[in-house]
Amino acid sequence: MILLLTGLGVLLASGLAALPWCDGRRAGQVAAGGAVVGCTLVSVPAARALAGWDAPSLQLPWSVPMGAFSLGLDALSGFFVLVVAVLGAVVAVYGVGYLAHAAGKRRLGPSWCLYNLLLASMLMVVVARDGALFLVAWEVMSLASFFLVTFEDDREEVREAGWTYLLATHLGTAFLLALFLILAQGGPLGFEAVHRLPGHLAGAAFLLAVVGFGTKAGFWPLHVWLPEAHPAAPSHVSALMSGVMLKTGIYGLLRVLTLLGPPPAWWGWLLVGVGVASGLLGVLFALAQHDLKRLLAYHSVENIGIIALGMGLGELGLAFDLPVMAALGFAGALLHVLNHAVFKGLLFLGAGAVLHATGTRDLDHLGGLERQMPLTSRTFLVGAAAISGLPPLNGFVSELLILLAALAGVSARAAGAAVPATLVMASLGLIGGLAAACFAKAYGVVFLGAPRRPHETMPADPGAGMRSAMVVLAALCFVIGLGGFLLVPRLAPAVQQLAPFTHEELAAMLGWDVGRVLLAVGLLGAVFLLAVLALARLRVGWFAGREVGSSPTWDCGYAAPSARMQYTASSFAQPIVELFAPLLRPRAEEVRPTGMFPAASRLSTETPDVAAAGAYRPAFGAAARLAEWLHLLQQGRVQVYVLYITLALLVLLVWQLGLVR
Amino acid sequence: MPSAAGMLAGLVLAPLLLGVTNRVKAWFAGRHGQPLLQPYRDIARLMRKGAVYSPTTTWVFRAGPLVSVAAGIVALVLLPLGGSRALMTFSGDFMLLFYLLGTARFFVVLAALDTGSAFEGMGASREVAFSALAEPALLLAMAALVRATGTRSLSGAMGKVWSDVWVPSMPVAVLVASALAVVLLAENARIPFDDPNTHLELTMIHEVMVLDHSGPDFGLVLYGSALKGWIFAGLLAGVLVPVRTGNPWLDGAVTVAGIFAVAVGVGVVESSMARLRLIRVPQLLVGAGVMAALAVLLVR
Repeated sequence: MILLLTGLGVLLASGLAALPWCDGRRAGQVAAGGAVVGCTLVSVPAARALAGWDAPSLQLPWSVPMGAFSLGLDALSGFFVLVVAVLGAVVAVYGVGYLAHAAGKRRLGPSWCLYNLLLASMLMVVVARDGALFLVAWEVMSLASFFLVTFEDDREEVREAGWTYLLATHLGTAFLLALFLILAQGGPLGFEAVHRLPGHLAGAAFLLAVVGFGTKAGFWPLHVWLPEAHPAAPSHVSALMSGVMLKTGIYGLLRVLTLLGPPPAWWGWLLVGVGVASGLLGVLFALAQHDLKRLLAYHSVENIGIIALGMGLGELGLAFDLPVMAALGFAGALLHVLNHAVFKGLLFLGAGAVLHATGTRDLDHLGGLERQMPLTSRTFLVGAAAISGLPPLNGFVSELLILLAALAGVSARAAGAAVPATLVMASLGLIGGLAAACFAKAYGVVFLGAPRRPHETMPADPGAGMRSAMVVLAALCFVIGLGGFLLVPRLAPAVQQLAPFTHEELAAMLGWDVGRVLLAVGLLGAVFLLAVLALARLRVGWFAGREVGSSPTWDCGYAAPSARMQYTASSFAQPIVELFAPLLRPRAEEVRPTGMFPAASRLSTETPDVAAAGAYRPAFGAAARLAEWLHLLQQGRVQVYVLYITLALLVLLVWQLGLVR
Repeated sequence: MPSAAGMLAGLVLAPLLLGVTNRVKAWFAGRHGQPLLQPYRDIARLMRKGAVYSPTTTWVFRAGPLVSVAAGIVALVLLPLGGSRALMTFSGDFMLLFYLLGTARFFVVLAALDTGSAFEGMGASREVAFSALAEPALLLAMAALVRATGTRSLSGAMGKVWSDVWVPSMPVAVLVASALAVVLLAENARIPFDDPNTHLELTMIHEVMVLDHSGPDFGLVLYGSALKGWIFAGLLAGVLVPVRTGNPWLDGAVTVAGIFAVAVGVGVVESSMARLRLIRVPQLLVGAGVMAALAVLLVR
């Protein structure tokens, strides 16, 4: 606990110390140094807690009604603290280089102070053991990230995105307020004071948690702020928000599930349904995007969907008494939380490097960057393969756990478990295939082929700090992918909090059964990598002394293929977008070539968010129109306001007189 | 021992499947046809050649064929031949197998995009779209086998195909086999999904993605797709030829015969029907998924 508090203190102190340096690199160095030290400090007790060695807690006096300053670090919190700490430290190192170009133009001190504040508040969220403290930390987290998103606040679209985010996150918080009041049942808001709720109240609490935390996590259709806020924020902030901050929503939901006791089956069905919707629609909308960071933001919706699938299977496993399904579902969801933090962080950092070097996020303006930015390209490729769930990388391991949980459900006799499990298998297959398609598009269009537009300056790999951050995350993708058999059994204490089986049962399931599977996966993954290397070595031998020619790409005999004739991101995704057009509702605007000597023709497509266009905009429009009625009261004339005051006083006077009588 | 022999059979015999299919098609067309061993000769000739590269390509273009062959070899480690177990088997091993093939496809697609050619981009785009739709059918077919046999490994499920699937519920076996057959045709770029003999780049899917590969690279591409063909034919033959004597050598040999029968079947299909219009392809793949889902529901 001391280390945790020291770590938090270092984070806040270095953040405050960075504040006075309004520009220059110094602010970044101070704050990022503090972030690395703080994150290292907090990960020590977190690792101990995750291992199940100790679970420290702390109560301090706090003068908030019904609240208490109560902290605790158990295995579940420890796991999330580790996720926050690992990504927080790596991204901070990247941020120093990323923001350096803005030195002198924008005030970096406040931005860095807010970055460390965001890290500290996320850590507080996952260790808080009291509803009031949780909400305070949650609110600080939301505000800090709002100010970080609006770093470039002189741009209209950034301010717009910031407001969308602020509104969405507060709508979510409103549901959380109600949730904690129900949990407390009129008593204090401390988590350990929560008693078993009667069925209908537990159901209401669960729904409130799904909506409230789902808004932060980005469940479909509550995700609308995500594709707006991520492209607007600086890339290292996007990486932190997408990689870690969304996961605080997952943490909140998991924590509430531990408080609510044994789940009825419909909780699992709801989570599976939410997971299928988020996963499929997330990846489909990602496919339809032209903006690299928007595409990544939609992939966060997809991956949160995969996590929800794992949680849903876990709940179903508990409801139908299928221990393997429950344990593997939760373990898969937890591991995917970590994996998504690693590869999505990596991808956002790569996208940031591309944006930094070329000045554009538009896929259809990029191309051929592998030559100029080899390191960014290769680490991005690792992230792209990992997020598509391809072995031997980490995404495959967590998807395999969730699929194994589904397999346990498929063989179950109860239709209530077998049908959703089958649905999960089919949709994970489809999501995986579509994600691979989407990242083949993203990587292929940005880094391969020829540049689609001339660049103003020669793009190049970023500086050493940014490069090392990307390399570390790419290496983690391999480490978790090959060493899953070492990692997954370590999750047992955290899984035990969600699925209350004995230590021995979990050790048998996660340590022995799954451990063996993951050992085989790691082994074959290593064999696969070695086979590729061996073939590459052989290939060098084959070419020794042979003629190797060079000739332009074959284009059906066309003599002068140009870069503009390449397939674009939009054309690559077109068959899938067309196929799912009823869901995506893409819009196309075209001027067709006409006549004997056709003049300029053009085609542009866009795919606006269906949930935003179909549900939110009308709803907020209606709210705004209702608010118009308030203009009857608020006209801007001081005389009328004075009249209101007088009337109010009069009413109070009459009321008071009435009481006296 | 029989498992190692099974893997070796895959490594050696895979290109022969293409020879068989081509001979069957020639027979239907009344031609004499190419020698059975022609695919081996093609690969051997390519391996002795030099190569030509486009200046737009990078290392990704050169890595594509390597990854596809390496993934095929590792996938063979997981492929049982009917009742003859695979070299390695564990719960959920078939997912590693399918996802390894996914890794291979990912790199072949990237190699295609690396050339910067509109044609190769077109092929890559179709390939990813169709394979994404084939994936649920494949996983659901396996889900049906898992539910019917109660084992979660490919070798375990294949070993019980006769006793736990064909005998108690034949419709399940037929539906699973049909779904696997459709996926086999789609994944291996055969009619009705793709015509390997077409000469028009605009209509190709798989072939157009490898237009720019030459020499040993192209030899590896051919070998990689032969391995993929062997793997899918092995899955289908494992369900279609449910001879389970308990002797792994015998079971394996019968399944290998079944694999060649599948190759003959592919030739018959290619000779007797035209390819589908591209917009019909997704419907057939979704149909395969529905058949597999029905199979899951029908398991008692």
